[in-house]
Amino acid sequence: MRARTRRLYTFGIAALLLLAAAGIVFVSFRQNANLFYTPRILAEKGLPKSGSEVKVGGWVEPGSLTYSGDGATMHFTVIDNSDANIRIAFTGIAPDLFREGQGVVAIGKFAADGTFTARQILAKHDENYQPRELRPEAAGG
Amino acid sequence: MIEAGHFAAFLALGATLAQAIFGLLGERRWAGMTAIASFGFMAFSFLTLVHAFAVSDFSLALVAHNSHTLKPMLYKIAGTWGNHEGSMALWALVTLGFGAAAAALMKTGRETFEARALGVQGLLGAGALGYLLFASSPYLRLDPAPFQGAGLNPLLQDPALSFHPPMLYLGYVGYSFVFALAAAGMMEGRIDSVWAKEARRWSLAAFIPLTFGIALGSYWAYYELGWGGWWFWDPVENASLMPWLIGAALLHSVIVTEKRESFAAWTALLAVIAFLFSIMGAFLVRSGVLTSVHAFAVDPKRGTILLSGLVAYGALALGLFAWRGPQLKGGKPWLMVSREGALMANNIVLFVAALTVLLGTLFPLMAEAAGRTMSVGEPYFRQTFVPILALLLILLPVVQAWAWGKADLKQWTRWAAAGAVLVAIFAALGVGVWKIPLGAALGVALGLWLIGGAFWELKRRAITFPRIFRLPPRVWGMTLAHAGIGLFIIGAVVETTTRYESTVALTEGSSGKVAGWTLTLDNVGSIEGPNWYADKAVLTAVKGSARAVLEPMKRYYPAARMPTTETAIYKTGTGDLYAALGERRIIDGQSKWVFRVYFNPLIDFVYFGVVLIGIGGLLSLVPRSAQKSSAD
Repeated sequence: MRARTRRLYTFGIAALLLLAAAGIVFVSFRQNANLFYTPRILAEKGLPKSGSEVKVGGWVEPGSLTYSGDGATMHFTVIDNSDANIRIAFTGIAPDLFREGQGVVAIGKFAADGTFTARQILAKHDENYQPRELRPEAAGG
Repeated sequence: MIEAGHFAAFLALGATLAQAIFGLLGERRWAGMTAIASFGFMAFSFLTLVHAFAVSDFSLALVAHNSHTLKPMLYKIAGTWGNHEGSMALWALVTLGFGAAAAALMKTGRETFEARALGVQGLLGAGALGYLLFASSPYLRLDPAPFQGAGLNPLLQDPALSFHPPMLYLGYVGYSFVFALAAAGMMEGRIDSVWAKEARRWSLAAFIPLTFGIALGSYWAYYELGWGGWWFWDPVENASLMPWLIGAALLHSVIVTEKRESFAAWTALLAVIAFLFSIMGAFLVRSGVLTSVHAFAVDPKRGTILLSGLVAYGALALGLFAWRGPQLKGGKPWLMVSREGALMANNIVLFVAALTVLLGTLFPLMAEAAGRTMSVGEPYFRQTFVPILALLLILLPVVQAWAWGKADLKQWTRWAAAGAVLVAIFAALGVGVWKIPLGAALGVALGLWLIGGAFWELKRRAITFPRIFRLPPRVWGMTLAHAGIGLFIIGAVVETTTRYESTVALTEGSSGKVAGWTLTLDNVGSIEGPNWYADKAVLTAVKGSARAVLEPMKRYYPAARMPTTETAIYKTGTGDLYAALGERRIIDGQSKWVFRVYFNPLIDFVYFGVVLIGIGGLLSLVPRSAQKSSAD
């Protein structure tokens, strides 16, 4: 095989593979890029497409924490500087710095009634930490 | 003491500049001597920092901000690099260390080339030192000195994490010398077999610690975070995976250049990209654009400097490439169906896989810059990275038998038949007998296909069985690395698809059932360590005749005012029974403790597999002659 033909093959195969990868990446992004919701955004935009995983952030409303399922599941409400709120259910261990009044980010899915079932809760290991997604909201933006 | 260290760092900077000048002028002997001298100065300087941490000299700002007298000695010393300035000092030290090692160990017989490689390494060393001394100095004093330090992030106070950063840096920075070799080779316009032989050794010298460094980080995340998983597709994890993938591609393409002198330009380009990805890893992790345990620096100026360095090195290398690339000679002729063709496919796939990781990592940052918040999680990587890599691995056992230049395809029907039988057996076994998802069954089949294929290739090369022990060590290295990938895949697929997890809340004396185990909470007591106190639960786990005691803890570090989770792991032989202690909840007047309990099947395969890849790399470094003399 001449060098030119071979180069043609090489580039052809590489291009095909790149195209296929780009296709998968594109489809996957559309399915999997988690959108971020705060109570205010939820109130403005409404519920996301059902079944899609999203992130929810806010401050844990003091006095809103309850338990069910023999204590394994926790329920709490997150708020921001709007009047809206989101009720979150989570089965598992709360992060070490989870407490009322603290900023948290939850990853999971909305049910049709607007309650949120979290798969994971993040609260950073820093007492002064605010979820970066919350900062513009906190400034009123 | 510290002033002497500070002064030594300036001497090291002077020596690296001399090294750069002598090197680029082609003075091999002087470049070598200055390289060794600069490493000596920097090693002394670094030791003064370590000493200040070891004796808790709080008059040094770095120690005051990151250490504490009550910390165990190991974490005092590891604290040296558990912060931004210290870790940059380590980066500079390792850069100079590779320069000194290269000065002593290079043996191409090409004086000017070696001198230039040392010269480029001198430039990289001077860059690292300049950044250290002028943008993030670890040598600053505090007056008056505080009586006590602020402590090290408790999450980092862990044996695995004490060695994770140095290992990772040996890998990242190891690619600096591979970069230097590529730049020097390009200046000479000669990327040939001799060049590739040298480049292959240094690529391995970077790849091996990078592999172990990633494994240590992953193992730490597994038992310290208490989330039950071992890889979270976190941006900082991806930052180390990308250079690893490019490094793996480089290890394969450099063989083609070594044996056939083909792929010269591509190999040099990969060598450059591997280092650029390493710096990008450091930038992502250290600039504060990502929030994580790793993001020490929140000073945006530092991020800007790191980014400018990345762009400058990239421009330098790519400029050289544009200038000399077209003059590089091609190697021996080859057809698409040949070992060259197979290794080219390997490179394309690994490169594309690294690009999908890059996209998944950077996309959220770009979206944020555009004013939208968005994150990309595990499902994205499962859908893009996994199938792309699977494509490569399915073909691996078949194409690794292909000959250089032109391979014959006579055996392909046998391979196809063997593959089909394997898939049929495991599809039936997995779905019918083990009741696991079809994807998991096929993953196990792929793992066995790789392990079987690796040893089949060993046997093929040896021709007769007794001769396999006289094969060169690098052939064994390849076999173990490929078998390691197989083992890793079996572990990874089985663990992620059949992991069992559950949350239970128990009062003292009560029990719950998880994954077939009956867990009884005997008691929860308080204990104290050198610089922490903790709640410790004692759980008795019983399943049939098997019995285990699990003692997960929740530690509190007063110095950092921060809790950590210490998980308890019981190895059953087929997987880990894993428990993490959560908080105490008062439910209906009863005090209950929450536990997250996991059963992680075959998790050890994941780590054995990666360790095998690393050992394979080590064997590939052993020269043939050493093995011969020991065998005789």
